[in-house]
Amino acid sequence: MAEFKEISADAPMSEKALTWIDNRFPLSKLYKEHLSEYYAPKNFNFFYFFGALSLLVLVIQIVTGIFLVMHYKPDAALAFASVEYIMRDVPYGWLIRYMHSTGASAFFVVVYLHMFRGLIYGSFRKPRELVWLFGCAIFLALMGEAFMGYLLPWGQMSYWGAQVIVNLFSAIPLIGPDLALLIRGDYVVGDATLNRFFAFHVIAVPLVLLGLVVAHIIALHEVGSNNPDGVEIKAHKDEKGRPLDGIPFHPYYTVHDIVGVTGFLLVFCAIVFFAPELGGYFLEYNNFIPADPLKTPLHIAPVWYFTPYYSMLRAITGEMMYALIACVLVAAYLGATRAKISNTLKAAVIGSAVVGVALMLAIDAKFWGVVVMGGAVVILFFLPWLDKCEVKSIRYRPDWHVYLYAIFVVNFFVLGYLGIQPPSSIGERVSQLGTLYYFGFFLLMPWWTTLGQTKPVPDRVNFVAH
Amino acid sequence: MRKFLIAVSMVLGMALPAFAATDTIPWDKAPNKLNDLSALQNGAKIFVNYCLNCHAASYMRFNRLKDIGLTEKQIKDNLLFTTDKVGDTMKISMDAKQGKDWFGGNPPDLTLIARSRSGSGGTGADYIYTYLRTYYRDDSKATGWNNLAFPNVGMPHVLWELQGQRRPVFEDVVQHGHTTHALKGWEQVTPGKMTPLEYDEAVGDLVNYLQWMAEPNQNSRVQIGVWVMLFLLIFMVIAWRLNASYWKDIR
Repeated sequence: MAEFKEISADAPMSEKALTWIDNRFPLSKLYKEHLSEYYAPKNFNFFYFFGALSLLVLVIQIVTGIFLVMHYKPDAALAFASVEYIMRDVPYGWLIRYMHSTGASAFFVVVYLHMFRGLIYGSFRKPRELVWLFGCAIFLALMGEAFMGYLLPWGQMSYWGAQVIVNLFSAIPLIGPDLALLIRGDYVVGDATLNRFFAFHVIAVPLVLLGLVVAHIIALHEVGSNNPDGVEIKAHKDEKGRPLDGIPFHPYYTVHDIVGVTGFLLVFCAIVFFAPELGGYFLEYNNFIPADPLKTPLHIAPVWYFTPYYSMLRAITGEMMYALIACVLVAAYLGATRAKISNTLKAAVIGSAVVGVALMLAIDAKFWGVVVMGGAVVILFFLPWLDKCEVKSIRYRPDWHVYLYAIFVVNFFVLGYLGIQPPSSIGERVSQLGTLYYFGFFLLMPWWTTLGQTKPVPDRVNFVAH
Repeated sequence: MRKFLIAVSMVLGMALPAFAATDTIPWDKAPNKLNDLSALQNGAKIFVNYCLNCHAASYMRFNRLKDIGLTEKQIKDNLLFTTDKVGDTMKISMDAKQGKDWFGGNPPDLTLIARSRSGSGGTGADYIYTYLRTYYRDDSKATGWNNLAFPNVGMPHVLWELQGQRRPVFEDVVQHGHTTHALKGWEQVTPGKMTPLEYDEAVGDLVNYLQWMAEPNQNSRVQIGVWVMLFLLIFMVIAWRLNASYWKDIR
C-alpha cells in the first residue's frame, strides 16, 4: 500500500485534488504506468496503428450499438421493420446504423492487420505469449459477436446464414443435434434464436470482449511492446532505468495515433457516406429482403470476414478426407522413425494416429469440415510454441521464410475469395490446396522455422528520424 | 471526391462480383435522375397509381414524399388512396393469401426493392429498369405475359397500356464456336399510349423513384459526407504537423 501523502495547505487546488485522489485511487500511478512512463520502442511502423485502431472501432461499435438498441426490436415479427425505422424515421439513425455495419467489417480489417503484424514481427514470442493468447481469445469472441449480430437485422442472409452455421453444429457426433437445438432454442432459426443472439450480442459477448481487451493491454504493458526489429528495448537502459530505444507512449504515440486515427476515419467515413453497402460486401443485397423461412436463397455466402474459414469448411469433402488421412499417416510415420522421443511416446503417436484415422473414416466429412474450420482459428493459440526460429522478426529470417509468409497471405485472400463464390469444381480443388497450405504453414512450423540461415539481429532498433 | 469514391467502389464491385450472375438477359443501365425532383415526382405518381395496389411499401411513409418537393396538400389530394393519414406507411388492403391465389406468390414489398435486387449484373435499379421493359405476350402463361429478365414471372404487365404489346426477336450469334440465342430487338405488336421513347422515360422515372424510396436520405448522406471528408482532410494536416513537431526531438 502506498504511503499517505500530506500536501501543504497553500498548494494549488488542482494539486490538492490530485493528492486527495492519489491517496485513495492510483490515478497518477496508472497514468504513468500506462501512458506517460510506458516506454514503447521508437521504431514502430505503419502496422503498429492497428492496435489503437481496434480500440477505436470497439468504442465506435459500443457507442453506436447503444443507440441502435434504443430503437431496435428483438422480435422476429418486428426486427426487420425496426431496422428500417432506424434507417428512415430516427434522426440520423441511418448514420448510426451505417457506422455500426461498416464498423463490423472495419473491426475485422484492423484486427486482421493487427494479427498479421504480430505474426511477422514475432510479437507472440516469449515473453509475450499471454498477450497473444488474450488476443486470440478476443478474435474468437469477436467472431461470435459478429456472427450473432448479423442475425439481428433479420434479413434473408441473416436468417439463412445463421441457419447454415448453426446446422454445422449438428454434425458433431452424439451431442450435435441437441447442441444445435440448444443454440437455436427451436428446431429452425426463429424468434427464440433471435432473442438469445440479441442477448449474447448486446451484453454477454461485449462484457467478455471488454474484459479480454483489458487483460490484453495489462499483459502488454507488463512485458512491453515488441517492434519491427524484434529486439528487446529493455536490454539497454539509461542511468534512470529507461530503455534507450523507448519513448513515452504519451505524448509521442498519442500524437502519432491521432494521425493514424484520422487516416482510418477518412477511409471509414468514405465508406459510411458514399458506399455503405460496399458493393454487397459490407451489407449484402439479399439482406434487404425480410427473412423468409420458406424461401432459401440460391446462394448463401457469409460476410467476407468469415469466408476464408467457410472455404476451408467447404474444402473438406469425402475425397479430401483421404488426403487428410494420408497426412496423418505420414506424420505418424515420421514421428515414429525420425523424432527423438522415447519408445513409449512413439507407441502413443502410432496409437493415436490409428485411432484418428479410424475416426476419420467412421465420421462424416461434414463433421471434419467443422473441425477444420474451428481448428483454423484455434491453431492460432498455439503459435508461440510452434515457431522455433531463433529470431523474432521477419526482417532477420531467411529470405525464403518471407516467401512462405507471402504465400500464406495470398492463400488467405484466395480462400476468402472462394468462400464468397458459389461452389465450383476448380474452386474446390484450389480451396483444398489452400487448406493444406494454411495448416501446413502452422503445423510444420517447428520444422521449417529452424531451417535456413538467419541474419544477424542488431543490438539496438533501426530508426531513421522523421 | 465523391465521383472518385463511387468509381473506386464500382471498380471493386466489378472486379470481385459478390454474387453469381443468373442466366437471364444482361441488364440495361438505368438512367440516373436522383437529383431530378420532377422525375422523382413523376415516378412517385406512377408508383402510387400502378404499383401500390398489389405491392406495398410498408416502411415508407407518405409524408416522406415532401423530401422530393411535394407539399402535404399535394400528397393528400393526389396520392392517398389507401389511407387518409399522410403519416401512414404505404400499406395495401390486399393480403398475402389473395396475392398467392391471384398471382401464385405474394407480391414483394417494394420499399427496398431497388437495394435488394442489386447483384453482379448491375444495380437493383438496372434490374427493375430492364425488367419493366422486357414484358412480352405469352399465351401459355396464366396472366398471358412473360418476361425476359424474370422468366415465368407471376406479375402481369401492369404498364401494358402505356407500352403496348411487344414481341422479342432473337437471333443466333456464333461466338468462339458457340451458338447462343441472343435478343436482337423488339417488334411492336400493338401500339401503347406512349411511344417507346416516352415509355423508357417513364420507367426511368419510376425506377429512380424506387431507388430514392429504398434510401430516402441518400442525397443528404452524400452531402454530409463531403463535409466530413473535407474536415478530416484539413484535420489530417493538423495531426500530421502536430505529430512532426513532437517527433522532431526523437533521434
